Amino acid sequence: MKGMSLIVKTISDFVVGFIIIFGAYIVLYGHLTPGGGFAGGVIIASAFILLMLAHGKDVAFSKLGERAAHILDSAGALAFLLIGWVGVVGGYFFMNVFGRGEQFRLLSSGMILPGNIAIAFKVASSLFLVFSALAVFRRRSFRSMIEGELR
Amino acid sequence: MENIAPQLYTLLVFMVVGSIIAIETKNLLSAVISVSAVGFALSIAFLFLGAPDIAITQLVVEVLVLIILIRGTILLDNTAIEKGRDTLAMVASLIFFGMILGFGALIFGSTGFPAFGEPLMRVSKVYVQTGLPATYAANIVASIILDFRAYDTLGEATVLFASILGALAILRRTGKAGEEVVSA
Repeated sequence: MKGMSLIVKTISDFVVGFIIIFGAYIVLYGHLTPGGGFAGGVIIASAFILLMLAHGKDVAFSKLGERAAHILDSAGALAFLLIGWVGVVGGYFFMNVFGRGEQFRLLSSGMILPGNIAIAFKVASSLFLVFSALAVFRRRSFRSMIEGELR
Repeated sequence: MENIAPQLYTLLVFMVVGSIIAIETKNLLSAVISVSAVGFALSIAFLFLGAPDIAITQLVVEVLVLIILIRGTILLDNTAIEKGRDTLAMVASLIFFGMILGFGALIFGSTGFPAFGEPLMRVSKVYVQTGLPATYAANIVASIILDFRAYDTLGEATVLFASILGALAILRRTGKAGEEVVSA
């Protein structure tokens, strides 16, 4: 994947930041407005996928490396599990022991906000990994099929 | 709640037509586009049914899947399917759907369908009544999936983690083997 034309590259550079901000908004306000960790995570992943489609593999991996995505994926899953274990302190698994805060405020509703953030990290990095695996795999096998080197 | 049946029936007819086109068309790319049209119509239907959370998720996942599927099909040389249809599979699926319709008529034929959202179950009544005071989350869906039913969300995250681990393991191996062949 070499990337697309200059117009596409310029526009996607301009838009990627806004997409990530919108995804972060969907994640952070998931307990107050429609949305949540999964939807916001997919939006953030689509920003990186746009970067990969417009600029090619190397630029996208320089922003979010393959190894960093692996680590974020595992860290998100473990963080969500950890939030569940923190509840054991108060009595049972996934008990909402954090302060509930004030109604209709950003910092309210205890563990729902950190849970959303953990799920968003997990979903965003894992969907980015799936797309990168599919794209890289497709390119390599396609080229080796042309050169007749496969099998 | 005003009557939304006409809009829903229109969307339903659109989705059925889109599915039939997706199955019957010979071109892979137009099949992908038809499937995505069905998905977008489904997200509008969720919006009409008063479920914006599911509508947002359906919309963004649909966009992502459309990109991935187009990326997967556009590089293939033979996007047209020449192979004929399997008659046995068609007969089996017709019998299957006939049985579903028959049992549905048997069960609901005499009494008629219950109204939408009725009866309200006991558990969901508790969730709706205590969702805001118990968790302080204004979005009741978030209070259910991350507080009352956090176990289910953990299971869902585990399923996603395991499936992506499996997909990466399979795709990675082929990619690495190809790389060795190319570099050798």
